[in-house]
Amino acid sequence: MNNSELVQTLASILLASAPLMIAVCGEIITERSGIVNLSLDGTMLMAAMTAFVVGLKADNIWVGLLAAMAVGALFAFIVAFGSIRLRQSMFAIGFVLTLLGDDLSAFLGQNYTRIPGPVVKHFAIPVLKDIPILGPIFFDQDAVVYFAFLLVGLTWLLLFRTQPGLRLRSAGERPEAAFARGVDVNRVRYLYAVLGGALVGIAGAAYSLDIKIGWSDGHTRGLGWIALAIVIFGGWSPVRGAVGAILFGATKALATFLQRTFPEVSVVAFNSLPWLLMIGVLLLVSSEVSERLIAIAPRAAQRPLRRMLRVSPPRALGATFVEERTS
Amino acid sequence: MKTRRWITRIWPIVPILAALIVTSALLVLFGAKPGESFQAMFQGAFGDQSKTLSVLAFWVPLLFSAVGLLVTFTAGLWNIGVEGQIVMGAIAASWVALRLEAPAPLLITLEILAAMASGALWAGVTAVLKTRGKVHEIFTGLALNNLAIILTNYLISGPWQPPEGGTFRGTQPFQDAALLPLFANSRFSPLSLLLALVAFSMVLVALRGTFWGLKLKALGKNLRSAYLLGVSSEREMILAMMFCGALAGLGGAVRVLSWFDSLRQSISGGIGFLALLVVMLATYQIYWVPLIAFFFSAVLNGSISLQLRTQLHSSLGGILTGLMVLFILLFGDASKLGIGRKKEADEQ
Repeated sequence: MNNSELVQTLASILLASAPLMIAVCGEIITERSGIVNLSLDGTMLMAAMTAFVVGLKADNIWVGLLAAMAVGALFAFIVAFGSIRLRQSMFAIGFVLTLLGDDLSAFLGQNYTRIPGPVVKHFAIPVLKDIPILGPIFFDQDAVVYFAFLLVGLTWLLLFRTQPGLRLRSAGERPEAAFARGVDVNRVRYLYAVLGGALVGIAGAAYSLDIKIGWSDGHTRGLGWIALAIVIFGGWSPVRGAVGAILFGATKALATFLQRTFPEVSVVAFNSLPWLLMIGVLLLVSSEVSERLIAIAPRAAQRPLRRMLRVSPPRALGATFVEERTS
Repeated sequence: MKTRRWITRIWPIVPILAALIVTSALLVLFGAKPGESFQAMFQGAFGDQSKTLSVLAFWVPLLFSAVGLLVTFTAGLWNIGVEGQIVMGAIAASWVALRLEAPAPLLITLEILAAMASGALWAGVTAVLKTRGKVHEIFTGLALNNLAIILTNYLISGPWQPPEGGTFRGTQPFQDAALLPLFANSRFSPLSLLLALVAFSMVLVALRGTFWGLKLKALGKNLRSAYLLGVSSEREMILAMMFCGALAGLGGAVRVLSWFDSLRQSISGGIGFLALLVVMLATYQIYWVPLIAFFFSAVLNGSISLQLRTQLHSSLGGILTGLMVLFILLFGDASKLGIGRKKEADEQ
């Protein structure tokens, strides 16, 4: 592999990871507020189908994108409404929506499979794209990639450097305390569940309009679940989540590369890689295994290592919040 | 007072009707007449004897998984991995069918035992990763589902490919002695239904009448108080998962030994996910499970016939059942919606 080929591979990894980064950011915002939107896989399928079909009919990708955001927001709203207002299990609702999104997207998109449609245009950033090596990797990309990186930064800023972000996190960590300080916990949860859902919608649209152009049954199947796992791996932090998404993209690229280099090794080994990786990394960040690894490390390195490996979810994640009635 | 209770009772009909209306709207959107389409679905499910038998044949493995899931749901576990447990059961049964030779009764017994063991082990992995590794069972289950499907594809296109060359479609048909006795040239095996009814009764007794069932309930309701009561959460969780895995594996065996006659690429075809929906629609009540599973089987078989006749995508069946479950989940409980709540106010 020579230099330019390596640069090209790195650029294609970033492109392939970009929609996952967007979905991960969306779900992190939702989960930080205390709501688990398990419907990601179905949402992304519906959003991908909607973006393609609407974009094709309107002959405008932006209209398609908006429609996909609306679908993502709607699915997230159903999860939030069902758990907050109707006090039903958000896991059950999310799971049903996953299956429903899969079937609905197959049915509604049945006349639009495997046909050409609108495409996001490649967009190189002038000047920056001419920086050696970094230019072609980061700045000679599709708009989706720039948006994904921008979003990671914005999500981080929102969560950790703004007042609304503080309220968002307080709703997911200590809803009672937040409520006592005057935060309308459930309103915050509605707001960020829907916002996160809209972002997941963008991620779905990014597939059908850019990364994997067009529509077919089960177009993005499985990727929503991968995004959910990356949220955990990323410890509910957008930066770590982005790293996780890129690592996943890199593993896929690596698998393709290895497959070409060693055609005699069964394709099974490469296909199972993402799923084995999913179990492996979740085991690493949540179990005692990492504690043991940390114990072996030199004392000075233990603290940063623990920060790097161990994750803990928002305390009130998945728990419904019932306001205390004063009357 | 009485009318209110009556309303609460029949209320669940409303969300079901709503699901039918939304599905009809989708049909209209695609230029089909809802009445005719539903009738065609009914014809596709019960139009003649062979169709009815197909519905029965599809019902049995669905019932196995759904009944098993009642146990894991009672223990508060989300066994999404049930799909993979079905596939692993199918693989183990196929292994016995392809590799061993014995008189039919012995061979079938071995196949079934192998399938149950394999499904239980696959479920056990998820359970141990949860209790020891603290990895949520949804994610392990999902990853293991995909791994099981990848393994199937590998076996079909690799070591178990038919002698005439590898296709991605399936292994060669099993020897006759390996197959379950079928009813009148259909895909339905009465023996499998008998086994499913045994499984149903076992779970009914286990959950309602044994100390184990009580422990699982304690576990599902509140992990901490179960711990304080001395229920070993790890042991019961692993047992519950493996119990469900064994039943799902048995369902997988039924798929390869009666629905098909060989190991196929989409051997389960989503039966596990469907079973999860069945149990949710039954609101975790065991008596409803067989009825709803039968209804789902009819809807799915009907929608496949509908696709053959009208070119409408067969996902319509999934949409109808999915919407029913969603609407029942959201709006099925009249008291949570405030219907009939006035009663409390009256009493105050």
